[in-house]
Amino acid sequence: MKTRRSRLIGLVAFVVVVAVLALLPLAVSGFLVDFVLTRALMLGLTAATVVFLARYGGMVSLGQILFFAIAGFMYGNAVLESGARGLNLGWNPWVSILFALAITTVVALLLGFIASRSSGIYFLMLTLVYAVIGYYFFAQVVTISGPSGVTSITPPPQIDSSLGLYYTVLLLSALAYAGFRLVGDTPFGMVLQGIRDDPIRMASLGVNVPVHRALAFTIAGFVAGLSGLVNVWWNGQIDPASVAIGPALDILIIAVIGGISYFEGAWIGAFVYVAANNYLRSLPLVDRIGITEDRFNTLIGLLVLLIMVLSPEGLVGIAARVRRLLPGGRGVRVPSLESAASGTAASTAAQPAHTATDGTMSSTTEERGTIL
Amino acid sequence: MTATTDREVAHEAARARRAEIIQRVPRIALLVVLALLALWILFLSNGTPAGPAVRRPGAFLTTLLDGFTFAGLLFVVASGFTLIFGLMRTVNMAHGSLFLLAAFVAIEVQQRMVGKTRNIEPADVSLASWIVPLLVASLVAAVIGFLIYLVFLRWNAGQELRQALITIAISVVLADQMLRVFGGLALTMTWPGAVNHFISILGARYATSRFFMLGLALVVGALLWLWLNRTRMGMVIRAGVDDEEMVRALGINIARVFAVTFFVGSFLAGMGGVMGASFAGVATGSDGNWLLNSLIVVIIGGMGSVKGAVAGSLLYGMVTAFAPAYMPTQYAFYAIIFTFVMLALVLAVRPYGLFGRAA
Repeated sequence: MKTRRSRLIGLVAFVVVVAVLALLPLAVSGFLVDFVLTRALMLGLTAATVVFLARYGGMVSLGQILFFAIAGFMYGNAVLESGARGLNLGWNPWVSILFALAITTVVALLLGFIASRSSGIYFLMLTLVYAVIGYYFFAQVVTISGPSGVTSITPPPQIDSSLGLYYTVLLLSALAYAGFRLVGDTPFGMVLQGIRDDPIRMASLGVNVPVHRALAFTIAGFVAGLSGLVNVWWNGQIDPASVAIGPALDILIIAVIGGISYFEGAWIGAFVYVAANNYLRSLPLVDRIGITEDRFNTLIGLLVLLIMVLSPEGLVGIAARVRRLLPGGRGVRVPSLESAASGTAASTAAQPAHTATDGTMSSTTEERGTIL
Repeated sequence: MTATTDREVAHEAARARRAEIIQRVPRIALLVVLALLALWILFLSNGTPAGPAVRRPGAFLTTLLDGFTFAGLLFVVASGFTLIFGLMRTVNMAHGSLFLLAAFVAIEVQQRMVGKTRNIEPADVSLASWIVPLLVASLVAAVIGFLIYLVFLRWNAGQELRQALITIAISVVLADQMLRVFGGLALTMTWPGAVNHFISILGARYATSRFFMLGLALVVGALLWLWLNRTRMGMVIRAGVDDEEMVRALGINIARVFAVTFFVGSFLAGMGGVMGASFAGVATGSDGNWLLNSLIVVIIGGMGSVKGAVAGSLLYGMVTAFAPAYMPTQYAFYAIIFTFVMLALVLAVRPYGLFGRAA
């Protein structure tokens, strides 16, 4: 349990960070706001839903990009009056937003129930399948999208400017961050964390495990839908390629770079990702070793590989570890990747906590599949 | 015994019966869906690309063969994936990358052997200039997979998600490097002339190369079965799947078995890649598609089960063959939904796949 003092420090830090981000457009160029900050906040918001599911539910999802894209497609279909493709419903933008979020949430609920009985690695694979089926769906169903997607989408007029979008996504990010943190202390969040640590024990206490998992997935899908709306406003268009395996992996990669158990890590990871995407190519050293601007994916892949090999807790986790090593410093312990992963490992639940680097076999005999 | 307890017993029995019936609901629903599908395909499917099977048996038969032959390819790729997972609980997200890498290597080797870099006709290709690239490329995939295991996966056994994320990172790097080396164009491997003919099945033309592919898959399946069921190492693998710690305790060097399994699983990914490149060609992005295909097969069939890989490949192969052929023509682009319906139905009835055991 965190002390009152550390809570206060956290609150102050949160307010300061949001205030700095809110004042930043006064000091930096429009390019930086539009192409780095807005994009980083938007991707961070999506990655935060991965963190939400992993940290509270022990579910590592590769499917968040699907809800991101569904919201975008639905908004585009609803708001456009006469586009080249799509339904062209021509609705009011705010009605379209509600419509897009409603569809996204319903789909998330349905998919959440299908996935609710799987956990750990099975969940990871199933959600990846969701994302890619979404890709094929939007690529093939020409009435909604078709291969080249929906174009010329504009945001509601009230926020239709570079700064308007920036403050929208900043507000949404701040709300999501605070909301996700607060959910952890609600009865729902407590039960969810109980399920993460020991689903069998929670079920025997009378908790409906699948329903809680499905609801968590729905919340995550809704928030990913919000960031998907910002994305489609920012991009002005959306096509099926934005749901393919690549972008699906990118969201998880962002969460992993920042640290998959830390909400702030989602945005930090997104910032690193976007900054690398924009600025890495201009570093002289990178050019020297033959890795040129087109090889961004190689560098990001190597970065993730390095993080996963050295410290699966990501950048925030590394920072927390350094803080713990400093004299007098003591970071807050959070569930590591491995305990987030051990939705199935009932055998380890008796121990209070275990670290990701213990290197032991966490799988028990009951978990093993059959081979023949 | 008094009347009251008799009534209670009867009541209890009725409740048990009711519970049993409720438990069977998904199964019954599944049977009804299957019966309706059969009815549709046999008699009702007017206005679809294939037409009702009773009137156009040729189209039905070729669709069925399409399903079987594609299932063969799916099995070769997915069996490697499931073999690795079954023994080591490692989800190799770089499986698709090994598939694509082998495909590119095989195409390169075939071009060298034939002496042409483009427009290679089946007539130019002898059996050897297909088999040798197959073996070379599969070995390359196997060695790379083996190295990935040695360097990145051996020391963190049991940390499933960490391993999955490591292999995701590797797949991202490999995809980018393959794009750099082999370019972004779609490439095709050419079947040897000896297997590339057309025959007529009830009035429909059919490529014999698809039978060749199915035959290869059957050989792979048979060899896998022999290896796992008739050799000492297969015995150790099966025991390791059930209880790895016990196998270790019996003094068996399971680390060596792990390495061999990773080698064989990656070899199968590579072999599938060469077959897939000959069957439909490959391009940037094929790695993701084939990772997805492997995932769907093993999620349906049950993770880690070779029997499940057979069942999953057949089911998925049939759905991908039948859905576009028997959908009304103007709705044919919704065929992809059937893949998802199939996945949802299987998971609703058996959350761990057809042959999977509860985690």
